[in-house]
Amino acid sequence: MSTNIAVDARNVGKIYGNGAGAVTALGDVSIAIEKGEFFTLLGPSGCGKTTLLRCIAGFETPTTGTIHLSGRDITYDPPYQRPVNTVFQSYALFPHLTVAQNVGFGLKMQGTPASDVAKAVERVLALVKLEAFADRLPQQLSGGQQQRVALARALAPEPEVLLLDEPLSALDLKLRKEMQSELKRLQTETGITFIFVTHDQEEALTMSNRIGVMSAGALLQVGTPHDIYESPVNRFVADFIGETNFLEGEVEGGQVRIGTGDLLAVDLNGETGGVTLAIRPEQVSVKAADAQLSGKITEATYLGTDTHYTIGLGDGSHLVARVQSNSVAAFGVGDTVGIAIDAKAVQVLKS
Amino acid sequence: MSRQTPGRSKGLNGWLLSTPALILLLLAASGPLLIVAVYSVLEKGDYSGVRWILSGEGWFRVLFEKDIFDQTISLADANLSIFWRSFKLSIATTVITFAFGLPTAWFIATRPAKSRAFWLFLITIPFWTNLLIRTFAIMEVIRNQGILNTFLMHFGLISEPIQILYTDTAVLMGMTYVYLPLMVLPLYAAIDRFDFRLIEAGYDLYASRWQVLRGVILPIIKPGIIAGCILVFIPSLGAYVTPRVLGGGKNMMIGNFIELQFGQGQNWPLGAALSTVLLLVVLVSLLVYTRASSRDNPNG
Repeated sequence: MSTNIAVDARNVGKIYGNGAGAVTALGDVSIAIEKGEFFTLLGPSGCGKTTLLRCIAGFETPTTGTIHLSGRDITYDPPYQRPVNTVFQSYALFPHLTVAQNVGFGLKMQGTPASDVAKAVERVLALVKLEAFADRLPQQLSGGQQQRVALARALAPEPEVLLLDEPLSALDLKLRKEMQSELKRLQTETGITFIFVTHDQEEALTMSNRIGVMSAGALLQVGTPHDIYESPVNRFVADFIGETNFLEGEVEGGQVRIGTGDLLAVDLNGETGGVTLAIRPEQVSVKAADAQLSGKITEATYLGTDTHYTIGLGDGSHLVARVQSNSVAAFGVGDTVGIAIDAKAVQVLKS
Repeated sequence: MSRQTPGRSKGLNGWLLSTPALILLLLAASGPLLIVAVYSVLEKGDYSGVRWILSGEGWFRVLFEKDIFDQTISLADANLSIFWRSFKLSIATTVITFAFGLPTAWFIATRPAKSRAFWLFLITIPFWTNLLIRTFAIMEVIRNQGILNTFLMHFGLISEPIQILYTDTAVLMGMTYVYLPLMVLPLYAAIDRFDFRLIEAGYDLYASRWQVLRGVILPIIKPGIIAGCILVFIPSLGAYVTPRVLGGGKNMMIGNFIELQFGQGQNWPLGAALSTVLLLVVLVSLLVYTRASSRDNPNG
């Protein structure tokens, strides 16, 4: 196997309980995460992403499958024997220890000499810009500062892999944005493999090298943010990542006939029979004149640079279009408009 | 300014309302203690009671004795051995109740919220039973023809009864049994507040089970540990009924020794001085406790 792989999970499954009451948290997940990668596990709550993370950390033992770290089988190793550290969602800072003692905890437990611990703590605290707070107790810090301490504490022992369990979910929007770029910077500077768990698709898109989209204990798609956004493999992924219009249709002579009776020429990608067309709102243009389709605007929302139009089609379905506010004359609710869809950008999914 | 007036009158009302309680406390608690302190520096009466003459004899006799023939002064070995036994047994009781109490409290605190009340109820049942009855029940278990010896002999583990009753071991068993709830309850309260996610954080940062216990759990539940130890140590040191019933006549603890001075011994000043010593030890323990717990909570 490639030496470039940091975490290699093979057929990992996790079932809680047994018999009739058994709950499958993780189906049969295989994933290879490369060294130095910022990898995001993305999915709604209860999709199994945190369970997978906890299996990698060692807090859970998979019911089936194995987990390798840099080629070594760590499936049954206790967490304290894995060169893996976690940034917890609740931060889980030790309340009885100062910031410096918290950050130095991992190194101290590894038996690092006190002088080296002190040096490492100083260096890591500088990395997260908390040098001035070394002697404070965690409860004397703000949420954002506690977050940085948690990060510093997990980075100090220089783990091979850093696991981040929705670490930004407790922060307000502005702080979250700051921490996103901060995390990206830290990952680049340290070169440590980051595995980041989130349910926020925007967070996943802006930060990751690759994203794994999960649902109901299964890994649906792994790819770069671009791949995931532009070519979702199924309706769930398309719907979860960004806003998407879905039109049901039937393949008919190389084209797709949608509910309104209109034929759309799209790249079928080999699909036949019933299909779902996934169309991003920005790929829908609105015109005053007749076009491929026509419809009636039921809702217009001005968002500054963009305007969102919800357009009712003949068969009762709706399309959302996002157009630049200055590119076309503004339409109002009730206007009948022509709709053009960029055929190349339409994803054809199996229904 | 007008906002202060209701506040001030409320404070005044508060004082007025608590006056009866304050008077009661002053009379019922501080008064007798004061009398004890005063008696300790008076001369002993002919048969009992005190003579109102200032004397250091009571305090002197706490640690020393004077030979009745040649008046030489030597340490009172009998007293010292009683102090030592009291101290030793109280420390041992504290250590043993902690060793049993910590796992018990941990067990209760990690049960589902619904069943915790049931387990706590089991722990507190002995509180509602008379101390004397509980102590005699222990006696029934450990006496030579008691349950324990009968059981051991029946299964051939021993050939003749082990003499437990009227030994220090019996006193220790009795005190451990009686004071265990006082250890479990504060420990439970501390563990109940403990954030169990910190254990995972410890494991994640390379701490072994032992290191997590020592470096994370124990320091955080320390206020509960100190409270439990104080709550067990103080009554153990002054225990009276348990050593009297289970220790027999000769295995005295300070409590029995004090009672002896006011009774048969007819030496009230010595009894009063011993009581004051016990009181001071308790006060020092409490001081240590408040110091330790206030240092742990800089915010509260």
